[in-house]
Amino acid sequence: MSTEATTAGVRADPYLSINNIEVIYDHVILVLKGVSMSVPKGGIVALLGANGAGKSTTLKSISNLLRAERGDVTKGSIEFKGARVDQMTPNDLVRRGVVQVMEGRHCFGHLTIEENLLTGAYTRRASGAEVRNSLDLVYNYFPRLKERRKSQAGYTSGGEQQMCAIGRAIMANPEMVLLDEPSMGLAPQIVEEIFEIVKDLNAKEQVSFLLAEQNTMVALRYADFGYILENGRIVMEGEASELADNEDVKEFYLGLSSEGRKSFREVKHYRRRKRWLS
Amino acid sequence: MQFFLEVLIGGLLSGVLYALVALGFVLIFKASGVFNFAQGAMVFFAALTFVGFTEVLPGWTGLAEGGAVVFWLAFVLALVSMVVLGIATEKIVLRPLVNQPPITLFMATIGLSYLVEGIAQGIWGANVRGLELGIEDVPIEYMMEHHNILISSFDLFAAALAGVLVGSLALFFQYTKVGRALRAVADDHQAALSIGIPLQHIWAIVWGVAGFVALVAGLIWGARNGVQFALTFTALKALPVLILGGFTSVPGAIVGGLIIGASEKLAEVYVGPFVGGGIESWFPYVLALLFLLVRPEGLFGERHIDRV
Repeated sequence: MSTEATTAGVRADPYLSINNIEVIYDHVILVLKGVSMSVPKGGIVALLGANGAGKSTTLKSISNLLRAERGDVTKGSIEFKGARVDQMTPNDLVRRGVVQVMEGRHCFGHLTIEENLLTGAYTRRASGAEVRNSLDLVYNYFPRLKERRKSQAGYTSGGEQQMCAIGRAIMANPEMVLLDEPSMGLAPQIVEEIFEIVKDLNAKEQVSFLLAEQNTMVALRYADFGYILENGRIVMEGEASELADNEDVKEFYLGLSSEGRKSFREVKHYRRRKRWLS
Repeated sequence: MQFFLEVLIGGLLSGVLYALVALGFVLIFKASGVFNFAQGAMVFFAALTFVGFTEVLPGWTGLAEGGAVVFWLAFVLALVSMVVLGIATEKIVLRPLVNQPPITLFMATIGLSYLVEGIAQGIWGANVRGLELGIEDVPIEYMMEHHNILISSFDLFAAALAGVLVGSLALFFQYTKVGRALRAVADDHQAALSIGIPLQHIWAIVWGVAGFVALVAGLIWGARNGVQFALTFTALKALPVLILGGFTSVPGAIVGGLIIGASEKLAEVYVGPFVGGGIESWFPYVLALLFLLVRPEGLFGERHIDRV
């Protein structure tokens, strides 16, 4: 009896759930080979993995930006709040409250920071005052953007552009933000600053985050839960703290080892198989 | 001096018309990255459709020929046709080509220009017509009496009309939500998509507006030179304007148009006699060529912002 209740509870609960999706680019390149994961309401979930593992593809299949790159979800389903979203346009999805912040920031370079932020509210049927409020909210979280609001986004620093991209997504009043590689090319200090703000937005504005990151160390520190993606498959999942303590994660993603410091000459011949492959 | 002024002002006024056609190119190029070679054909199509309607409407409805009602009815019908043509082009020709290289899109618009010319002549016939806007092409008396300068009142009217249109479009781009979205799409399609800006709507709007601009340009030019096939070539004068002003800049299209208009008339009058005259038709291209060497992105073109 209790099991049934829990199953039902779990089934109703997942907020965003991805069920066994397969993604093929250009009809030939198989990138995701059956990925399943879920994000709870109000959570921060990290999607970790090396270059080319399929992190961005996973995010884009949720936000439906895949089709613009000739990718297609060929199997499986994606549900947000109990409704299938895999065949929706990005416009519909943003209206439902899911916005993606793309890898590499993608600010509108010739628009000012403020104009960039305002475009984020495009899908909202909001009055001028409401948009103004959201703008103030974003400036509140990102004081740096307020300072640079009249500058063309193309001339601002990488950190400011990342903030601009996140702020622009927040302007759509989202319930969930898909954050792709926010730490890319930024100084560690700025990365900390941005993650602090993400944590803050999560706590105070109840925005859920799914973030794809290569910077495993930072991501696991701020996320509640993590998935590790390798070659288009999820190889491991768990609470962020568990993952951070896992021997394999430490060894392959955090560069730590139980044997202490290693000389680089040894590293070169170091070929132990990952435990999850055996 | 008076003669110089007269030539200069005449040139500037015709320059506003170049600016108007250039604006049609800029709008589409900015928002969708397509260089719409068919813009000239659209100008021709618009003018011919308007004239066609003014001819057939009195027969259909029994309204007085040449009356104001017929004029405005024909204008509205032509406007609707242009917007439909623009949106249909986007949907039928360009949407299937999304994500193709720019040269493919360019080739498609070249094909489109033949199609549009053909359809226009197929429906309305190929003979040259006159177009009457009700504004007489006579010198303004005040300027003649007081400053001894000849300025055509038609030119002045056309320039004012084009100026208002250009100004309102610039304001629309700069200050409205849709205008901002248009600029956003011009900057980065993918990012625009990611924040939920529906690209198809934006493109439909742009093509619709370009159709409207083509109609106004077609009416003015048709009234001056007659509605004929050559209208499609006159529209190509917009090319040097764009090279001068920059392909992505609304103010650039305006200033470029003025410069081209003024310089071609001045060159014709002052340089022409030394080389046997008739340089008005090619001088703008030479100017554009020289300009390309000095400032390839144009006067106001958006420079690539590169961060190092």
